[in-house]
Amino acid sequence: MVHFMNIIETKNLTKKFEKMTAVNDLNLQIKEGEIFGLLGPNGAGKTTTLLMLVTLKPPTSGTAMINGFDIVKQPDKVRKSIGIVFQDPSSDEILTGYENLKLHGWLYDMPDELREDRIKEVLQLVDLTDRKDDRVKKYSGGMRRRLELARGLMHHPKVLFLDEPTLGLDPQSREHIWKYIENLAKEKNMTIIITTHYMDEADKLCDRLAIIDRGKIVVLGSPEQLKKDLGGDIIRLKAQSLDLDALKKLPYVKEISSCDGEVCLTLENASIHLQEILNVVGKIDSVEIRSPTLDDVFLHYTGRAIREDTPEGSWAEKAMNASAKK
Amino acid sequence: MSELKGIYALWYRETKVFLRERSRVVSSIINPLLWLLIIGGGLGSAVSFSGIFSGINYLPFIYPGILIQTALFSSVFFGVYIVWDKKIDFMKEVLVAPMRRTSIFVGKILGGSTDTLLQVLILFVIGFIFMIGGIMPGLHLTPFSVLVSLVFLLVVTVGLVSIGLILGSQMESPEGFQLIISFLIFPLFFLSGALFPITNLPVWLAPFIFVNPVTYAVDGIRGVLLGISQFPLLFDFALVCLFAFIMILIGTYAFKKMKL
Repeated sequence: MVHFMNIIETKNLTKKFEKMTAVNDLNLQIKEGEIFGLLGPNGAGKTTTLLMLVTLKPPTSGTAMINGFDIVKQPDKVRKSIGIVFQDPSSDEILTGYENLKLHGWLYDMPDELREDRIKEVLQLVDLTDRKDDRVKKYSGGMRRRLELARGLMHHPKVLFLDEPTLGLDPQSREHIWKYIENLAKEKNMTIIITTHYMDEADKLCDRLAIIDRGKIVVLGSPEQLKKDLGGDIIRLKAQSLDLDALKKLPYVKEISSCDGEVCLTLENASIHLQEILNVVGKIDSVEIRSPTLDDVFLHYTGRAIREDTPEGSWAEKAMNASAKK
Repeated sequence: MSELKGIYALWYRETKVFLRERSRVVSSIINPLLWLLIIGGGLGSAVSFSGIFSGINYLPFIYPGILIQTALFSSVFFGVYIVWDKKIDFMKEVLVAPMRRTSIFVGKILGGSTDTLLQVLILFVIGFIFMIGGIMPGLHLTPFSVLVSLVFLLVVTVGLVSIGLILGSQMESPEGFQLIISFLIFPLFFLSGALFPITNLPVWLAPFIFVNPVTYAVDGIRGVLLGISQFPLLFDFALVCLFAFIMILIGTYAFKKMKL
């Protein structure tokens, strides 16, 4: 008997488009109640993976099981087990926020009383109670995003997919949403799959995460583990000229790499060794010591930094274009 | 009962959206009015029928045709509109809900038929006013004839919404809209006998008219409202039902295969 149930298991999940392979032979196991992150740069295959899992795009080959159902053979049953918040807005502009939520409740066959309670609850969460009777057309970009979230959370599915859930939101709303997501996972034992390119979000929320690049998993683990695997702290040095050979002779320096024209050293207990290192390298312009972040993990495994701007063709961009037209 | 609730949700959305888009409601009144007054009045002064329609004025003659025209435009467009749904991604929200594709199709058909019938009802009111005003002699708008016409219109609307949904489900962007007007809606309208009698047609034209399902809807409603028709009423009705049935079958299939 398997003790821990894998609520999601992908088996060689693959999606090919004409010219490229968006998702390449993906094998993932996600446990029930876990908050699992898919991290990756633009076009890494995160959203395509998600769309396959929620049965909107058929895989080219391979499949996945969600809550015991096959996404290819039993899409109807899979859809009963899941909820999703899309990256692009999918609410109706001509309807009010409240009406959009009511429609959602009907589509998911929620009992009337529960539906109304939940609507109240989620509206409060995303701070839209005052605006619930306004048409979505009149909402700002951030408000629409919050409405989408409220809707996805409303029916408390077994597995909730969030595609860039806090994209374009202000820090305060993000904190709010994170707390709610954490509570859902804890209290309702809900499994939450989240794609993001915000490293702080992934770090704070995810129990485990997979870094995806070019349709493949590059590395998988808990944020703590991934950071630890890098081998300790990072010292970043800036100087006109550095004696790299002398640095290489220091036994405790595990790795020397160049980052953005500066030199990064990886080592454990950096603060203890700092004086010695500074003696060795001579005159420097600046020095920085820090513990590794997920950005470093990302850089380490993919060889490049994740772009901090919004994904192209994103929801936020569209919303801005739309309002620019008016 | 979850499917019924979902179908209701879709119907609710379509109806709400229709009623809130004032421009659509207004144009659904103005367009047929222009046709009736300008084509009906202008061309009518030059046209006099012989044969089975002799003695009938042109305006009451085309009135059933304009009813169908309204149904035709509004229902095909309603269906094709799901391309727009796909664009703003509302379609994703519906497709990912635990509903059968068939139910989504049914919900859409009900929504589209409601829109269309609301517009047609407005036309009946206009027709009634014209009839009382004496400018549509020969037209019999009674509760019974209106009811039978509505049944005809409903069935043909279901078929037409299905055509729209079939096209919309296969289209990827709204750019094809113009093509649909040119190659589907206008031919279906002009080849239906909505504007002229289909007796004594030129040999090259007749086949196009007789394969057009809309022809039988026009003929049937004309039979009900004017008391004169080319074919027996039941024959018309059977063909219209057959048309709707086939379109529903194809539409259900197309919806199952729909890609985003």
